Amino acid sequence: MSLLELDSITKSFGAIHALQGVSLSVARGEAVGLMGDNGAGKSTLMKIIAGNFRPTAGAIRIEGREVQFNKPIEARQSGIEIVYQDLGLCDNLTAAANVFLGREMKKSFGPIKYLDYRSMNKRAGELFAELKSETRPRDLVKQMSGGQRQAVAIARTRLSEPKLVLMDEPTAAISVRQVAEVLNLIRRLKDAGHAVILVSHRMPDVFDVCDRVAVLRRGTKVADKRIDDTTPEEVTGLIIGAIRAA
Amino acid sequence: MTDSTNSNTRTKPGRVPLSHAEIDESITSRTERSGLQAMFQTQPFWVLMAILGLGLAMTFVSDVFLTERNLFNTTRNFAFFGIMALGMSAVICTAGIDLSVGSLMGLSGIVTGLVMEAGYGVVPGFLASMGVAALVGLINGVLIAYLRMAPFVVTLGMLAIARSISMVISNNKMIFDFGPDTDLFLWLGGESVLGVPNPVWVLIVLTAVFWWVWRYSTWGRWVIAIGGNAKAARLAGIPVERIIVSVYVLSALTAGLSAFLMIGWFGSVNNAMGSGYELNVIAASVIGGANLMGGVVYAVGAPIGAALMELIRNSLLLAGIDALWQQFFVGLFLILAVLLEQIRNRGKSD
Repeated sequence: MSLLELDSITKSFGAIHALQGVSLSVARGEAVGLMGDNGAGKSTLMKIIAGNFRPTAGAIRIEGREVQFNKPIEARQSGIEIVYQDLGLCDNLTAAANVFLGREMKKSFGPIKYLDYRSMNKRAGELFAELKSETRPRDLVKQMSGGQRQAVAIARTRLSEPKLVLMDEPTAAISVRQVAEVLNLIRRLKDAGHAVILVSHRMPDVFDVCDRVAVLRRGTKVADKRIDDTTPEEVTGLIIGAIRAA
Repeated sequence: MTDSTNSNTRTKPGRVPLSHAEIDESITSRTERSGLQAMFQTQPFWVLMAILGLGLAMTFVSDVFLTERNLFNTTRNFAFFGIMALGMSAVICTAGIDLSVGSLMGLSGIVTGLVMEAGYGVVPGFLASMGVAALVGLINGVLIAYLRMAPFVVTLGMLAIARSISMVISNNKMIFDFGPDTDLFLWLGGESVLGVPNPVWVLIVLTAVFWWVWRYSTWGRWVIAIGGNAKAARLAGIPVERIIVSVYVLSALTAGLSAFLMIGWFGSVNNAMGSGYELNVIAASVIGGANLMGGVVYAVGAPIGAALMELIRNSLLLAGIDALWQQFFVGLFLILAVLLEQIRNRGKSD
C-alpha cells in the first residue's frame, strides 16, 4: 500500500486550471522526483500536500485513509514534513535551537521550567550523526554552509518521525560539493523508511536519488516512470513538450 | 600538496580567490568559541571597557568623581533608563521599536499621582501605574502584531496620544500630595538600602531576571527567533502575534515601573515627566548591543548602555564642559556603537 496517494487532484483559481486530474502515489522508503517547467503546477501540487491549499476536486489519502488539510499544521500532524526552499531557519540561533524551534525540550525546577540545552544539543548531535552530517549542534546557523543548513532543516523534520518529507529544490542554491552532501541526506531519509518527494529542476539529482520521476506539464501529469526505465533526455523532452506523454 | 604549503599560498596577497570548497572547509574547521572568547565578541563587553576607561580617566580629571555621593547619584540616574532599556531591548529584538515609553511614563506617573492623591495607598497606586502601562502596551502590540502596522508609526502615534491624555487628566497641574502612603512612596523611589539606591536594586534584580529569561525561557527563545526570522518562527509553530504583543506590553510595563520609582525620587509628578526619554532609552539599548534589525539581545546591555550615557553626562559636568554638549556625545556614542556592530558583523558573515 502506498503511503501517500493523490487521486485525480484538480485545482482551479477562477478560470485558470493549475492542476487537472493529477494522481500520484509514494510508498515508504521511496523517493519520487517531481519535475516540470515553471508554471507546470509543481508548487500548486506541493502546497496542496502541505496543506496551504485545498484541492478543488480529488482526494488525498494517507495510508489508505482520506484526509483533508485546512492548515499546514494539520498536514504536519498527519506526518508530512516540509523542507522549504529558503529552509525557514533562524540565522541568529544555533543548529540545535533551530532543530527544536517551537518544540523545545525543558527541565523543571519546582514550578519553573527552563530550556534543557544539554538534552537538545545531544539529541541534535545524534540526528546530525544519523544523517552523517558534520554539523555541530552549538554552531550558529549564520556561520554554516548551504549543505549544513540543509542538514539542520532535514534534522528538524526527523524530530517528529514523519511519514513523508517534501523537499522543495533542496539543491538549488548550493555548491557542487554540498549537493552530494544533500543527496546523501535524502538517501538517509529513504533508508530510515521515510517517503520523499523531491521537487527539483536538476536532472542529475533526480536520477541520482529518486526511484521514480513524475513530470507535470501545464497542470497535467504527462509521465510517471521508474528511473531505470527512462533517461534524462526523455524526461527533458517531456518537460518541454517535445515528447507529449510517456 | 601538503597543508602547510596550502596555507602559505593562502596568506599571500593578490592570489586567486579561494574556491567555494576551501571556504566551506575553513568554515567547517572553525573551532567552537569558548565562553570567554564569546564574551569578548559581545557589544556589552566593549561598552563596559569604554565605561571603565572613561571612569579611569575621570579619576584624574576630577576629585569628586569617585566619591560615594557622585557614584550614588550617577547609578540612580541611569537606573530609570536601564529598567526601561530592558523592556526596549525585547522590542528591538523583534525588529520593532517603542517610541511611546517617554509619554507613557508621563501618563502612568499622572495616573499614579491622581490615585494616591485621592487617598488610596501605594499598592493601588502601583497597580494603577502598571495597569495603564499594560493597557497602552496591549494597544501598541495588537495594532502592530495583528493589524500589521509599522511599529514606528503606531508607537509614534501613542507618544502623542499618551502625552495628551496625561495633560488632560492632570489638568496641567503638578501633583505632590500622595495621600496617606506618601512617605513610603517617596522612600521606594528616593531612598536606598545598604547604600545602594532602591531603583538601582530594582535594576539589578530585573537584569538578573532578564538574563535568565533570555537564556533559559521558551518565551525568550521565541522572541529571539522571531527577530531572526519571523517567517521561520511561524512555520515552526510559534505564536508570533501573541509573542509580539507581549514584548510591547513588557516594554510598557518597564516604563510604568520607572515612572512609579521616579516620582518617589522627584517627590512630585507633572505631565511633562519622561518627555524625550524614548530617545535615551533606545540609545541605551542600542549602545548595549541591541540590533535594530532584530534577533540580538543582551540583558546586561541595558544597564551598561544606560550607564555609559549617564557617565558621559556626569563626566562633562565634572570636567566643566557645558552640559549642552551632552546630547552631542550621546549621539556620537550611539553612532559609534552601531558602526562597531557593523564592522564586527562584516568579518563574521562574509
